[in-house]
Amino acid sequence: MIETKKFTSLFRLALRRLLFLVCLGLCGALVSATLVRFAPGYGVEERELDPRWSASSVEALRRQQALHQGLPSFYFHYLSALAHGDLGESDSLKRPVRELLRQRLPVTGNSVLRGLGLAWLAASFLALLGLASRGWLFEASATAFNSLLLSLPSAVVAMLAVHLRTPVFCAIAVVVFPRLYSYIRNLLLRAYDQPYVLAARARGLASRVILCRHVLPLAAPPLLALLGVSFAISFGAAIPIEALCDSPGLGQLAWHAALGRDLPLIVNVTLVVSLVMLAANFFADLAGRTFAGSAP
Amino acid sequence: MKPLQKVAASILCAIFVLMVLATFFLPAHYARQFRDIPNAGPSTAHLLGTDALGRDSLSRLLYGTRVSLLLAPAAALLSTLIASLLGSAAGLLGGWFERIVLAATDLSLALPWLFLLLVVRALLPLDVPPLVSVVIAFLMMGLLGWQASVRVICAAARGVRDSDFLLLARSSGCKPARLLLRHVAPNLRPLFYAQFLISIPLFILTEANLSILGLGVMEPMPSWGNLMRGLEDFSLLSANPWRLVPLVLLVIVVMCFQLVLPSQEVTQ
Repeated sequence: MIETKKFTSLFRLALRRLLFLVCLGLCGALVSATLVRFAPGYGVEERELDPRWSASSVEALRRQQALHQGLPSFYFHYLSALAHGDLGESDSLKRPVRELLRQRLPVTGNSVLRGLGLAWLAASFLALLGLASRGWLFEASATAFNSLLLSLPSAVVAMLAVHLRTPVFCAIAVVVFPRLYSYIRNLLLRAYDQPYVLAARARGLASRVILCRHVLPLAAPPLLALLGVSFAISFGAAIPIEALCDSPGLGQLAWHAALGRDLPLIVNVTLVVSLVMLAANFFADLAGRTFAGSAP
Repeated sequence: MKPLQKVAASILCAIFVLMVLATFFLPAHYARQFRDIPNAGPSTAHLLGTDALGRDSLSRLLYGTRVSLLLAPAAALLSTLIASLLGSAAGLLGGWFERIVLAATDLSLALPWLFLLLVVRALLPLDVPPLVSVVIAFLMMGLLGWQASVRVICAAARGVRDSDFLLLARSSGCKPARLLLRHVAPNLRPLFYAQFLISIPLFILTEANLSILGLGVMEPMPSWGNLMRGLEDFSLLSANPWRLVPLVLLVIVVMCFQLVLPSQEVTQ
């Protein structure tokens, strides 16, 4: 009975969050549409200046554009095209944004996932090592190293990666690692300081058992929330890293679009990235709540 | 204040003083070219040598420090002001206003910070005078960097909302604006201060990233970001290690800001 109640409340929460997510996505799409609509040069067709086009063709072109000039009509067309997966065409590359995303997203996704995996492994390992040893030398050197990495701009990390010929995902891991390490360490430290963990230690339970049965269940919900946030950090870091490491991913595409003032491209890339981020946060939040609900 | 915090604060003060007094002991204007000595090493005339265009590196570093260290706090002040107003009002008023503010915050937090900056930068013209590019870069950060602080401030304001002194003020007929300015804001002042301090290193690093990518401060105006563009050529760097000075200075300043930050109880 209690289990059913728990499941129902979790299901309701998931539905509410999903509805909120859809509303946020819609708001994001409207903001994107507004940016594209009011971008400098919107509605100006280079083809109108082409002398090979006849007057009637130019007139037809203008009539076609005029159909979408009104704001409500533009929003409607933009959103309906978006619902069909049509993200428009890049001004600078003259190719559909959807096709560009299909090519670039896997490259960035691969780098981000591998980078995140490496950063999480390294941060968790170091945090656990620090808590196991609790030596001041280790703590001081880890904090200093962490602080040094936090003070480096992602672009400088990218330059170092180019110089050392390391893969892009390693550079992403270096950027994400210090942000994860301090948070994971503080969370674990707080969990280890709980009275029941102290009692378990006093009873002579093995460190592994204390970690798996008492510390991790307490730290898991915020750690899962951190997983969602770390996605945003790594996607942000991907821009300078991919741009400088010449990796053909979304970051490099966004950078080229910004330099070329290609609004339809950068706005739609950002929209897709924000939808991915919202979905990642939604799943991380849901997983965290499920874990918190099932924890002893 | 802990001894390490004191040391960090002293270093920051020394760098600020050096930056303000830079005009009096600069060897040359930051844009002046010594065309006969490009890429020169350190000498008595040019303590940090010259860059590829023959400009004095020390002058550019000091001017760049001034640009980054004056405008990053200015942008942080702007973003903290926006966050304080929005967060306190949302926390105090609650209801729909709070939901809308938090939803807008959620939406912008879902966007990686650099993506958002690139979108806004792409909306603005790129071929602008250097001074305008500086203003654009920092104004953009100030206007867009409030989201994370809003959440923290809103949560703190929500805690104050049901307090006894606010209930008393409300029953005495205090209007919302007065409640916000005279009762809520003074109680959240340490939090505003902490959020301001947190934003400064973030904006310094963001400016560096944007300028290295060619979307921040434009040449010939120096900033830490565009001074570091020279680091791309590592073969040149191994022969001229003094070119690392802007990076070293940036790292020192950001680390010092991290050290002088108040304890986590205040910032979270």
